[in-house]
Amino acid sequence: MAYTLASHINPNVFETSVEKVPNRNGYGEGLKEAGTRDERVVALSADLTASTKTNMFADAFPKRFVQVGIAEQSMASVASGMAAMGKIPFIASYAMFSPGRNWEQVRTTIAYNGANVKIVGAHAGVSVGPDGATHQAIEDIALMRVIPRMVVVAPCDVHEARKATLALAKYVGPAYMRLAREGTGVVTTAGTSFEIGKADIFLKRDVGHRTRVGIIATGVITYEALCAAKTLNEKGIGASLLHMATIKPLDKEAIDRYAEDHDMIVTVEEHQRAGGLGGAIAEYLSVHKPMRILRLGVDDQFGQSGTPDELLRHYGIDSNSIVREVVRYVG
Amino acid sequence: MHYLTDDEVRALEKRANEIRTSIIEMLVEAGSGHTAGPLDMADIFTLLYFEVLRHKPQDPYWKDRDRLILSNGHICPVLYATMAHAGYFPVEELLTLRKFGTRLQGHPHREALPGVETSSGPLGSGLSQAVGMALAERMENPYSSKYFYCIMGDGELNEGQIWEATMHAGKEKLHNLIAIIDRNDIQIDGYTKDVMPLEPLREKFEAFNWDVQEVDGHNIRSVNDALGKAQAVYGQPSLIIAHTIPSKGVDVFERDFRWHGNPPGLGPEDRVKKEDQAKTALMKLRTLNGQITTHDYF
Repeated sequence: MAYTLASHINPNVFETSVEKVPNRNGYGEGLKEAGTRDERVVALSADLTASTKTNMFADAFPKRFVQVGIAEQSMASVASGMAAMGKIPFIASYAMFSPGRNWEQVRTTIAYNGANVKIVGAHAGVSVGPDGATHQAIEDIALMRVIPRMVVVAPCDVHEARKATLALAKYVGPAYMRLAREGTGVVTTAGTSFEIGKADIFLKRDVGHRTRVGIIATGVITYEALCAAKTLNEKGIGASLLHMATIKPLDKEAIDRYAEDHDMIVTVEEHQRAGGLGGAIAEYLSVHKPMRILRLGVDDQFGQSGTPDELLRHYGIDSNSIVREVVRYVG
Repeated sequence: MHYLTDDEVRALEKRANEIRTSIIEMLVEAGSGHTAGPLDMADIFTLLYFEVLRHKPQDPYWKDRDRLILSNGHICPVLYATMAHAGYFPVEELLTLRKFGTRLQGHPHREALPGVETSSGPLGSGLSQAVGMALAERMENPYSSKYFYCIMGDGELNEGQIWEATMHAGKEKLHNLIAIIDRNDIQIDGYTKDVMPLEPLREKFEAFNWDVQEVDGHNIRSVNDALGKAQAVYGQPSLIIAHTIPSKGVDVFERDFRWHGNPPGLGPEDRVKKEDQAKTALMKLRTLNGQITTHDYF
């Protein structure tokens, strides 16, 4: 008896040599591909073209690229106007500025207008590292999740970010996609399927263990949670990992089944514990299947400078911390 | 655009007066809403919807229509009233303004009413949207003859986003973009010169590489001429600073900033008691005591 890693997961994911790639690279590739497939796709940048990987699109389609300067509020509304004329705008900046600074423009001119704009928040989470708290968006999922109509997606790696970008280009309606700065473990493969609104079990618990813990993670921290799930099984705790790339709309069926198959839920996200993935899961389960839920994330604090590893450890969301917290929780 | 004959100007003035009357009726029925801005923009809205815009009220989603983006959404009574008089929807529906279930939301909602190009109310975002529309149109068809008209208040120029968009429009040389500022010198808290001085306003926009004209916003012929010139500008976005008199048409409400955000019945009482405000306003408009005609000037 042992845990089961899903067949569509990168077989080398637990090797120390696992490839580490920033998932924003997947956005760059996906956007260029989307631009090739559909000429209505346009890209906007607020002076962060290279670091959001929008440059790949801008180089390929210079006439469909709009540089708005350091003006995230205007960028959101310019995109709304372009969408009103039939374009499919992707706006990319750091999540702290978009959708951080321009939240009201996103709400009114994009979501309330029903504008087909995709908001891409790069450099989200504390793993931005040395830049410090001003650049570490750990509130963005909450900010976007509360806006009616807004789809919220946080891909776990470069492959999923590419596929999510292509899916969002096809999806009609406002959407937010969260990306990270750092190279993170490649969890999936180019062939793994992706669908907006579908959660995916990456690792199934060892059914020989009595304790049944269902971990749910989103974004690049899924890699840490996956490693933690493996270790927990090896320690005699039956832990599974459900990856929720889409935080809104919530895959309720997947959560229902998952909650049936586990005795307690642990959510992990590189975000404030309040209002993010854990909040969404708790809101749902409190009504449909009240059960114990441990929410791991940043506990009502700001970030700070440091290396990504140091920061994930400090805020208790690297794989070792997840293991420690789950063991303590299981008691 | 074409040169307006005296008869055409008089017909538009008459129409603007009817629209002002509708505005007062709507506000009184709603019991809340803004008075000064809608009244002072009635002449310009009438000119736009009855003379300048290429549009089809019976076919509000007509692809080749010009776009009118109202940035200062709180003056929507003038937008709704003008649209109704232009044939977008029945004039009777105007009395549903701000009521539960209405298509005439307290601030405009794009999806509620066909012909409303954007949702607005939070100030400062209309110009960016107009820039986006104008840019998208140019990408699609560099020889397009569509125009994008953005109506802004002067108070809303306090918003930083306006200047982001102003800089951007200048950079992109969007000559299909024509902005009109309702320069009525008031905002909710007082006169613009006291709340946050805007002058030198013309020079600000010129410094951002815009073509700027200033007109009497109640002189329909002057505004029409300015719009004609604006349409002919090449390689620059255009701005028309329309100097208006807040609450124009109801002389006892005119020029007082306290009429910015109150409907008749809830306004300042120095000149007319609250209970007489609605009656007085309608009487002024119906008898032309508010002296809204401009054709005597030429």
